[in-house]
Amino acid sequence: MNTQSLSQPVSTPSLSVEDHRKMHVVVVGHVDHGKSTFVGRLLHDTDSLPNGKIEQVRKNCAIEGMEFEYAFLLDALIEEQEQNITIDTTRIFFRTKQRAYAIIDAPGHKEFLKNMVTGAASASAALLLIDAKEGVMDQSRRHAFLLSLLGVKQLVVLVNKMDLVDHSETTYQKIVAEYSVFLKTLGLNAVHFIPIAAKHGENVVAHSAKMPWWKGPTVTEALDGFAHEDDLTGLPLRLPVSDIYRFDERRIIAGRVEAGAIRPGDELIFQPGGRRSTVRTFEDWPGPETRSVVGTGGSASVTLSEQIFVERGQVASHPSNQPRVGREFRARIFWLGKEPLQTNKTYRLRLLTQNVEAVIAKIEKITDASTLESKEGSSVPRDSICEVIVRATRNIAFDLHHECPITGRFALEESGRIHGGGIILDAVSKSAAPSGKVTAGERTARSGHPAAVVWFTGLSGSGKSTIAEAVERRLFDAARNVIRVDGDDLRISLNRDLGFSAADRSESVRRASAVAGLFAGTGHIALVTLIAPLAADRAKARATLANHAFIEVFVDAPLAVCESRDVKGLYAKARRGEIAEFTGISSPYEAPESPEVHIRTDKASQDEAVDLVLSAIDKVLQGKGDDWEV
Amino acid sequence: MSRNAQNDHLTRLEQTSIHVFREAFANFRSVCMPWSMGKDSNVLIWLARKAFCGKIPFPLLHIDTTYEFPEMYEFREKAKVIHGIDLIVRINEDAIRRGIGYATHDPVTVTHELKTVPFKAAIDEFKWDALVTGIRRDEDPTRAKERWFSPRSAEGNWDYKDQPPEFWGQFASTAPEGGHVRVQPLLEWTELDIWEYIRRENIPNPTLYFSRQGKRFRSLGCHPITHPVDSPASNIDEVIEELKLTKTSERAGRAQDHVGRNSMQELRAKGFM
Repeated sequence: MNTQSLSQPVSTPSLSVEDHRKMHVVVVGHVDHGKSTFVGRLLHDTDSLPNGKIEQVRKNCAIEGMEFEYAFLLDALIEEQEQNITIDTTRIFFRTKQRAYAIIDAPGHKEFLKNMVTGAASASAALLLIDAKEGVMDQSRRHAFLLSLLGVKQLVVLVNKMDLVDHSETTYQKIVAEYSVFLKTLGLNAVHFIPIAAKHGENVVAHSAKMPWWKGPTVTEALDGFAHEDDLTGLPLRLPVSDIYRFDERRIIAGRVEAGAIRPGDELIFQPGGRRSTVRTFEDWPGPETRSVVGTGGSASVTLSEQIFVERGQVASHPSNQPRVGREFRARIFWLGKEPLQTNKTYRLRLLTQNVEAVIAKIEKITDASTLESKEGSSVPRDSICEVIVRATRNIAFDLHHECPITGRFALEESGRIHGGGIILDAVSKSAAPSGKVTAGERTARSGHPAAVVWFTGLSGSGKSTIAEAVERRLFDAARNVIRVDGDDLRISLNRDLGFSAADRSESVRRASAVAGLFAGTGHIALVTLIAPLAADRAKARATLANHAFIEVFVDAPLAVCESRDVKGLYAKARRGEIAEFTGISSPYEAPESPEVHIRTDKASQDEAVDLVLSAIDKVLQGKGDDWEV
Repeated sequence: MSRNAQNDHLTRLEQTSIHVFREAFANFRSVCMPWSMGKDSNVLIWLARKAFCGKIPFPLLHIDTTYEFPEMYEFREKAKVIHGIDLIVRINEDAIRRGIGYATHDPVTVTHELKTVPFKAAIDEFKWDALVTGIRRDEDPTRAKERWFSPRSAEGNWDYKDQPPEFWGQFASTAPEGGHVRVQPLLEWTELDIWEYIRRENIPNPTLYFSRQGKRFRSLGCHPITHPVDSPASNIDEVIEELKLTKTSERAGRAQDHVGRNSMQELRAKGFM
């Protein structure tokens, strides 16, 4: 059989209503209940096949001595024909007089459930076939369960092969009665149950003369009655950050609006993190005019009025209607992995652009998708559905599935491969309140990043404070808890009793270390700016702060340069002998031998200096195993 | 058409493609976009520029079979400037020295030697872990089974029987060891969509697509094996009108697709696009 395109779009000349939005429809049902035959027949009866296709398939069948089947039209891959099952979701386009459709011919074979999930997840409506003779089977139920999980609400059940039961209305009614009860337990409701004989095209496009008792629609009439997937523009704004672009001087927050709408001037809050800023512009290309609003499904390229820290994974919303933020929730999961889902294993949880480590804290029940019977267990086998408690290693932004489906569902990944998905049923508040002493780990968890002490040492006037201030600004904007411990400030407060003698300098280093240690203990990044001229004092400081990441930054400028700057007029005073034991003039400065960062302020620009320090901080904190980006 | 019209069909396709581009760029270490200079390729460039606010932040790759139409080379140089393309060009010089060519060899062999081999060599050389392709589901039944993000093994093989599930906008975000992921932003587009979008956005394209002396190219490949179709369509409007009525397949003029009963399947399993 020639592999010519089946899926060529064909427009019917008599197209009456213009609806160019293609509707995606998934076709599911138990193996051999007639899915491929139905789709083949549908293509034929809607005149959607390329010229000569059907004659060609008929000819090939005749050559091979087989009876022609409409299913052959679909079985484009040779393997499929050999196995006589459809192995993957193929998309086939067709048109009714009403609009265009993409049919996803989802497979029915048990092994291939993940393909059906893939197909059904992108469909706005489903057709589920049941063989009138065989009746409701295992996969008839399993597929409906998955459809309910995947959020496909528009369902039509096709009771197929009516020709094999003498077009009996009684048989049809029996299936309707049995299956309706099952669907109800899932919260699903079939819009129609249509009796068809796909092989003969009965009630597919044209009404069947053999079933005069059927007064309902044909399949295409029912399809045309479907609505497109819900428009989520009316929901609260959910804009997950996909990336931050800095290709030129602009800093653009890129993402797709998953629900709601966004306009320039909107105040946004980014969760988790809770930083706020205002939408300044949309950077649409090609300009010059840009959109005045980006609605659901639209890609946004946003610049902000205030430069705050934003990273991939955060969800922007309006402050008045934010997603929940937390790390634990109850979810219903379908599991497709070859290895069972287990409680003691770490998975990657992917929710929109968020990607965090998570464990299954508890498996509450495992449900047999075909009988709906639940049992307990500590691992969930492939192709099962279960209810579990998911615990992420850090906070994520989410909604409950019934509040906003798109932010209320997630995928679970292991070794780079998606093995399951789920919908969020409830947020779990910390059940057992932690007791006892507050630990460093708890503090770090709250600040969202490890603590650190960054010690800027160098001559007076070398630029320690200037660099530290800029570093502080960058970290602060990046939503880090940061504080400066400035030597000059301490001198008029805590160290008011100290002078410039070696002993007093030593004491001032000790006190500054203690203060920095307290801040680091609360999860802060403490930026200490203190000359600390003696190597021994600095070594003591490092030892005292051994529990925290310690970064020594040597702000190195030649004495002449520092003296020529003399911002505070101190060098002049020292030269006049008004300050005794002034470092560099009348007291030694022991340059660090192996500082973590060495900045030559007479050579490096301010920006370069700041970047050097930030990248050192970056490295240290990354080494602590947290996601970290400035 | 107004850029604010968010709900029209083309805008939906466009916005989804932009999302796919952005997710690929955010997820992968090193992205490259093979460029055939054909219409789908040129639409991809346009979408990339939209996705990244004017700039294409990764290189493009042209595998030059040396059998391109002369007009395609002219177009390549022109488009390079217009779009600010960082272009890598690769030719399988070794195969050409060995005399591989359409005059002496069958199209499947030539396509393999002059396209697939240098293509794989370039992947090995640059270690890209994501390649953006212009594959559309409507082109060919084997392509209908593609995913947005489609992992390929180190040998470039496509395990279409065991593809990762893809749902709720979550794609396969890691390339197999030594392999790469094909990123396919045009998956849901049809040939007609491509042309309607080219018209709407005024995207530069080679004029070989338009009728001269009653014939035009519907799909462009190596000149010895790419045949024009009978068509009076001499501009975009006429091409669109023609496509609305046609029932023949787009790649009917591409000889390598039709050599064997299953040649496309064979080519693709070996790493062809």
